[in-house]
Amino acid sequence: MSDRILELTHITKTFPGVKALDDVHFDLKHGEIHALIGENGAGKSTLIKVITGVYQPDSGQILLDGAPVEIHSTADSQRLGIAAIYQHVTCYPDLSVTENIFIGHEKIQPLTRKIDWRDLHERAGQLLAQLDADFDPRALMGNLSVAQQQIVEIAKALSASARIMIMDEPTAALTARESEDLYRTTESLRDKGVSIVFISHRMEDMYRLASRVTVFRDARYVGTWNLNEAKREDLIMAMVGREITQFFPKRKVAIGEEVFRVEGLCRTGFFKDVSFSVRKGEILAMTGLIGAGRTEVCEAIYGVTRPDRGRVFLEGQELHIANPAQAIDKGIGYLPEDRLRQGLVLEWELSKNVTLPTLRQFGTLGWLHPRKENAITQELAEKLDVRAASVFDLAATLSGGNQQKIIVAKLLAGTMKIIILDEPTKGVDVGAKTAIFNIMNDLAEMGYGIIMVSSEMPEVLGMSDRIVVMREGRVATILETSTASQEQILRAAMPETVHA
Amino acid sequence: MRRSASFTESFRELGLLVFIIVICAIFQIRNRNFLTLENIQDLLTNTAILSIMSVGMMMVILTRGIDLSVGSTVAIAGMVSALTVQFFRGISPVVSVVEAVAVGTVVGVLNGLLVARFNVLPIIATLGTMNVIRGLTYVVSGGAWVSSYQMSRGFKEIATGELLGVSNPIIMAVVINVLFFYFINHMRTGRQIYAVGSNPEAADISGIPRRRIVWLVYTLMGALSGLGGVIWVAKFASAQSDTATGFELSVIAATVLGGVSIAGGSGKVSGLILGTILLGILNNALPLINVSPFWQQAIQGVVILAAVLTNVLVKRNNQRFALRRRAI
Repeated sequence: MSDRILELTHITKTFPGVKALDDVHFDLKHGEIHALIGENGAGKSTLIKVITGVYQPDSGQILLDGAPVEIHSTADSQRLGIAAIYQHVTCYPDLSVTENIFIGHEKIQPLTRKIDWRDLHERAGQLLAQLDADFDPRALMGNLSVAQQQIVEIAKALSASARIMIMDEPTAALTARESEDLYRTTESLRDKGVSIVFISHRMEDMYRLASRVTVFRDARYVGTWNLNEAKREDLIMAMVGREITQFFPKRKVAIGEEVFRVEGLCRTGFFKDVSFSVRKGEILAMTGLIGAGRTEVCEAIYGVTRPDRGRVFLEGQELHIANPAQAIDKGIGYLPEDRLRQGLVLEWELSKNVTLPTLRQFGTLGWLHPRKENAITQELAEKLDVRAASVFDLAATLSGGNQQKIIVAKLLAGTMKIIILDEPTKGVDVGAKTAIFNIMNDLAEMGYGIIMVSSEMPEVLGMSDRIVVMREGRVATILETSTASQEQILRAAMPETVHA
Repeated sequence: MRRSASFTESFRELGLLVFIIVICAIFQIRNRNFLTLENIQDLLTNTAILSIMSVGMMMVILTRGIDLSVGSTVAIAGMVSALTVQFFRGISPVVSVVEAVAVGTVVGVLNGLLVARFNVLPIIATLGTMNVIRGLTYVVSGGAWVSSYQMSRGFKEIATGELLGVSNPIIMAVVINVLFFYFINHMRTGRQIYAVGSNPEAADISGIPRRRIVWLVYTLMGALSGLGGVIWVAKFASAQSDTATGFELSVIAATVLGGVSIAGGSGKVSGLILGTILLGILNNALPLINVSPFWQQAIQGVVILAAVLTNVLVKRNNQRFALRRRAI
């Protein structure tokens, strides 16, 4: 019998328009902790979903204990002894710990058809004791800390007698001490013979725990290393080593004087001492790993949340922004990341959507002039090449890319000076991406200062003038794009190793 | 430029209108006195308070809220203005109206405070104020009535007076409806009310002062309930502590009947007027054609359910329509 408990070979999975996994390999030995790393969108999550049966691969083979298996559903994977613990705990906050652990496989007393609570609580207590947890199984899930909730998830996996446990960025929301506790729990699980796949962005996690590491890049398998032989630099190279193949129509724009500056911005628990500036016609990229605090900084600038400390200057004037209305008034526009939810009123006409943030300009004493609204919408829609029959079309009738353009039009209807774009190309196809990049070029040419939040390395390098790299809520470094490399950015974005 | 998407929406109002015409015809056949000028004047006068207050309720519901305290507000505003007239017989009816509106506004501000400032769920907040205000009405009046002989003639004429042959309540209802039609459809704030109910998060990001808008709609609702209160008391020439108990449900029913979606964000004044009139007709005509009082309420309920069901179906159809037109 082989020493591999799980082996995946030649796995390919495509979604409409995207190859999420391209002929990848992965193998897991009995009783090892195996780290899986890669940039955002490298295919790690898809692989997990293939293993747990959420997705079925288009081709390839899964071997469990050397024998081929087919996993059609999460129920299948559970039966085979595979359990997954996700970064965002998927629990029922209003139920007790015991209920969370045994949900779906409660013990029923055969005579009365009642749930045997006493027995279940006892078994939950035993599981928790195994994991050195110090809370009561009767406690409400919602009252536990994230770290404790993760312990419950692990207990749940144990209760289903899992032999393979997949942990998807379990330390992302934990403090250093909580992480250390989790490491110890993970190690004791390994010593009990559970094989573990550990996904993390933190080099620290990997070096502390894993014996081997597999690197994915752009939906492909790059390689597997023994960790005592792999150097940090090599692994970073393996993660990013890629040509920029996409086309970026970045135009040279004369960059003017500084228009916007942030000094020492802090918000407890989210970001600290964030300082940077933007010049006229400049595209400033803000990048970093997920959870580094980029969106939070932008929301604080725009007044969605309020920073605890720090100062914001626009054209040399200090601003005190309490809400988005004031930000818009001063000339700061924001294109939210979750556009479907935050960007449009879908059941409204385009013209009403476009003028929503700047209604004051379209009325006298509060009395609206629809003709003026329609005219500006018409003008902006033509400028941005929106494909719609008329400005009276409902926003819901447009395709995703065109909805995107309408949201940009919302910003342009006002007199903005600074435009913040949060992941502007997320979830749009290649053609729409190029269109959005062209819009950004146009905006830069018109003299707007642009802040582009992006996780996509090629986009950051291809479109920006300067790059702010954030790490764990702080500005790690600010680079000139012309001299920056992917390795430089990733090294700055990665949390420091304690011992490499 | 065409307005294709609004076709199915106006279809809904058309349907309501057709329905009204049909039941009017049926009632007319059963009782020749139904469509006389006198009865119509009567019907509209009795519906005026409902109409005035459903305008306020529409705005509240547009923001995804609800106000259960309006019946109590009618009672306290009516009681306070009647007591004032009892002690100062000489004061002008205008003062009484202003007073009642002011009392209602205070209640509305309180509701707005709870909902917009302290994030209490509207149904809970107004359930609380409903009881508080009802209790206060008993306290203010000491449980006693203010009866017809204790009111001045001018006060009673708030509801019984006429201008050019049209009764005062009808005139007030028409003025309020016209005023708010323009407010909701043509003013910036009106647009923002719809935005807050359609997509609160987008409204936030678009810089709309959401809390202030929510506060405003409850305040306006209170003010309109205050107006309703003084008309009510003047009309029945009697102020009692249990005045308008349960009336909030009629107001909500009229609003929903008029096509205002409880989910917020959609509804039109034209539909609202039709909804109120339909409810008014049912109130007026069912007794006229000798339907037993036991059945009247059940029939009203069936009509409301039918209207809501139509609303759901039309909306579903609308969405399918929108998706089909989507240019992919």
